[in-house]
Amino acid sequence: MTMLADAKEKWAGAVNTLTLGATAGEGGTRTSTVTVGGGTGVPFMRFDGATPHPPVVAIEIWDREPDDWPAALTAAWGKAVKSPADWARKAVEEAGADLICLKLAGTHPDTGDRSPAEAAAVVRSVLKAVGVPLVIWGCDSEAKDNEVLPSCSQAAAGERCLLGAATEDNYKTLVAACQADGHALIGLSPIDINIAKQVNILISEMGFPLDRIVMYQTTGALGYGLEYTYSIQERGRLAALGGDKMMAMPVICMVGQEAWRAKESKATTEEQPTWGDPALRGMLWELSTAVTLLQAGSDIMVMRHPQAALGLKDMIKRLVV
Amino acid sequence: MLVIGERINGMFEAIGEAIKNKDPKPVREMAEKQLAGGADALDINVGTRVPKAERAAAMRWLIEVTREVTDKPLSIDNPSLETVRVGLQAATIKGRAIINSTTGQAEKLAAFMGLAHEFGAGIVGLSIDENGVAATIEGKLEIGMRTLAAATDAGVSIEDVYLDPIILPVNCDQKAPGIVIETIRQFRLLSDPAPHVVIGLSNLSQGATERSLINRVFLTMAIGAGLDASIHDPLDTELTNTMVTAEILLNKAIYSDSYLTAYLQGKA
Repeated sequence: MTMLADAKEKWAGAVNTLTLGATAGEGGTRTSTVTVGGGTGVPFMRFDGATPHPPVVAIEIWDREPDDWPAALTAAWGKAVKSPADWARKAVEEAGADLICLKLAGTHPDTGDRSPAEAAAVVRSVLKAVGVPLVIWGCDSEAKDNEVLPSCSQAAAGERCLLGAATEDNYKTLVAACQADGHALIGLSPIDINIAKQVNILISEMGFPLDRIVMYQTTGALGYGLEYTYSIQERGRLAALGGDKMMAMPVICMVGQEAWRAKESKATTEEQPTWGDPALRGMLWELSTAVTLLQAGSDIMVMRHPQAALGLKDMIKRLVV
Repeated sequence: MLVIGERINGMFEAIGEAIKNKDPKPVREMAEKQLAGGADALDINVGTRVPKAERAAAMRWLIEVTREVTDKPLSIDNPSLETVRVGLQAATIKGRAIINSTTGQAEKLAAFMGLAHEFGAGIVGLSIDENGVAATIEGKLEIGMRTLAAATDAGVSIEDVYLDPIILPVNCDQKAPGIVIETIRQFRLLSDPAPHVVIGLSNLSQGATERSLINRVFLTMAIGAGLDASIHDPLDTELTNTMVTAEILLNKAIYSDSYLTAYLQGKA
């Protein structure tokens, strides 16, 4: 009997490989580093191409105690939410965070308006508290981010952090800071693949290396645009594998942030008595969103609930066995 | 789209002189210029001014000089089996090679496919056989089919075969371009995965006045029909921009406002 050869998809390109975090020997103080990307085929299709660096799980913490998170979510962290350093430590020790994603929510003019120096101090305290690499995310106010992020970049110089986010209209300050301090950079585009590519081109035109860019195409939660995110990310990944170097960046997903905005996650038992335990419901909403996006080609999954993060890590482990 | 730069050719005066004087500088410069213009591979042709007995040595020299500046695939452009073998030996020291080319006679196909297999090289199969250039769609398809069969027999992957329907100057035969377009469409249906289809674009406008315009209009039509490789002049910026735009319009690449810049940046 003649054996038929397996039908394999051949890809010309690969996802860029990016290492975050620098150890003492590399000019930083991290005790562990994280490498993402390098995929030479669609995710988890081992017979087509390799996934040398499986997706990693970051846990999102804030520089101030969140006042608008659902109770089920804040309860999962307990008192740790009062101190970014304690929160980061707990995220690593109890939820297995590969990275910490520090969101500087308290610097927003409407919610604290903390100064660049205060933000830099928080960055330093988190760096001191944990040995994993850091993602440092601004407050989504362009003007304020342009003041705050350069200070934070400098405070973490040499640590090879990932800073975000650069947009089509506001990228020069952040690119210059990341360039000077040796960080990687997140390029943000709102569910628009053409703008995603444009942002990458603009960043690289400033002399910033393509292999230090991570794409954030914004994340839609289950029931709230997940399929748009999925198709954009999938198309971007297929372009990368097809050899488009301007789309070959690893991808970050803000899963927790979006999943916990869904009413299915937030609703209390009083509001929706038939929807089941809110603690479990929200966590599963977040986990389901994350697991779906893994298939589209995602590399850094930013999670909020510790159990969702642990569940996702377990799922990734099983997918790459 | 695989762009094979055509400018390292002894028929061009600067390269012809360089071969004669063994002066590597113009060759290196032309290689670098074409790569900066977006070439994915470089065609190497010693031309006809070099005496036959010296062509293999000239081919080796041209390739060695080009290999000093790039490890991109080199297309060994010569009809002689021996010269091609010498070229393959030199080119595959680092990087891949493409044999350019074989014609469709059974014995030639067997010999050249054997070489392609031996060196893991790509190979261009021309729509020419013992009866000359096939003038009809059916004739071109028949030779194309024979070429693919010979590749399979020799253990050469279909993905390494580039079928060339042969484009003749438009001022010689105005029916030919339309026949080539339809042939490209049908070449792509000959197997799954489809074979690559390549043309030597500049031949189309030989002797014509509006060379660049003719080339870029035809390239656009050919890309629309399924062409995925072309031997042409990557220094013709208008041609490159037209090609990149055609690929954007056919959704073969992702649009961005700076897509023309992105094309060249992505090659760097």
